[in-house]
Amino acid sequence: MSWSAILLLGALAYAFKAGGLLVLDHVKLPDSVATVTALLPPALLAALVVVQTFADGTTLVLDARAAGLVAGITAVAVRAPFLVVVLSAAGVTAALRALV
Amino acid sequence: MSVPPSAPAPSAPPFRRRDGLVVALAVGVFGVTFGVFAVAAGLSAPQAQTMSVLVFTGASQFAAVGVIASGGTPAAAIASAALLAARNGMYGLALNPMIRGGRRRRLLAAQLVIDESSAMASAQRDAAEAEKAFWVTGIGVFAFWNLGTLIGAVAGNAIGDPETLGLDAAFPAGFIALTAPHLRRRPGLIAAIVGGAIAFVTIPLLPAGAPVLVAALAVIPAFAVQRRETA
Repeated sequence: MSWSAILLLGALAYAFKAGGLLVLDHVKLPDSVATVTALLPPALLAALVVVQTFADGTTLVLDARAAGLVAGITAVAVRAPFLVVVLSAAGVTAALRALV
Repeated sequence: MSVPPSAPAPSAPPFRRRDGLVVALAVGVFGVTFGVFAVAAGLSAPQAQTMSVLVFTGASQFAAVGVIASGGTPAAAIASAALLAARNGMYGLALNPMIRGGRRRRLLAAQLVIDESSAMASAQRDAAEAEKAFWVTGIGVFAFWNLGTLIGAVAGNAIGDPETLGLDAAFPAGFIALTAPHLRRRPGLIAAIVGGAIAFVTIPLLPAGAPVLVAALAVIPAFAVQRRETA
C-alpha cells in the first residue's frame, strides 16, 4: 500500500469525523435536529452489535459470539458493572471455542 | 451547554474512568493484531503506524489492509475503508452538542470520534459526563490502538489471537451495555430495535460498513414516536 493511499485514507477518515462534529457549528438549526441526532447512537450501536455478532463478511452466521452476547445481555440485565459485562461475553465465547 | 434533548438516563451513575480503560485495553489487543496483519500484507511498520495515527478507525484499517492482502487495488481498499469510516460522521452529529471548547479543541476531538468514544459518551446522563467519557475513552483507545499497532508491527504477534480470548465478543456486549440507557425510553428503544433489524436484513445484501449506515434510518420511526409523546 502506497504512502499516498494511506494519507488519502487518513484525510477521508478525518473528513467524515470532523464533518459530523463541526458542520452544525455555524448553522442555527431547530431543536428537532438535535433530537434526531441524539437518536443516532442507539440506532447505529444496535446495528453495530448485530454486525459484530452475526456477520462474517457479508454472510449471516450463528457462532460462539452469539453465546457471548447472551451472556453479556444477561449481565446488563442484572446491572452488572461494565467490566463484568465485557468479561462474561469474552469468557463464554472463549470457553465455547475451546470446547468445540 | 444544555443537556442533550434525549439524554438517556438522568439517574445513570457518573462515568467511571475504569470503563474507558477497559475498552481501550481491549482495543489495544486488536491493535497488535492489526500491526501483524498490516506487515504481513506488505506494509512497512512506519506505514502501519501512520495509518493507526491518521486513519484511527479500526474496522476501516482492517478492511483497507485486507483488500490489499487479497490483491485488490488501492482504490478498492480506500473505497471499502471509507464505507466503514462514514458512520463516524453520524457519531459526530450526535456528539456535536456535547463537545465544548474552541475550534482547535474541537478539531482535535474530531480525530477521536469512533465507535467506542461515541458509545461511551452517549451512555452518560448529561453533557458534562458525556464530554468526560468521550475524551477519556477517545484518548485511551487512541493510545492503546497505536501502542498495539507498534508492538504488532515491530515485535510480531506478542499476545496471541484475540479471538481465542473471545475478545471479538467483548465489543458487541460492551456496546449493548452502553446502549442500555437509551432502551429505557421508547424512542431510544425503537431506534435500537429498528436499527438492529435493518442491519440484520442488509448484512447479506450490502457491502461491509453499509448496514450500519443504513441503520441510521431507524431514527425516523423513533423521532415520530418521540414527537407524539411530547406533543
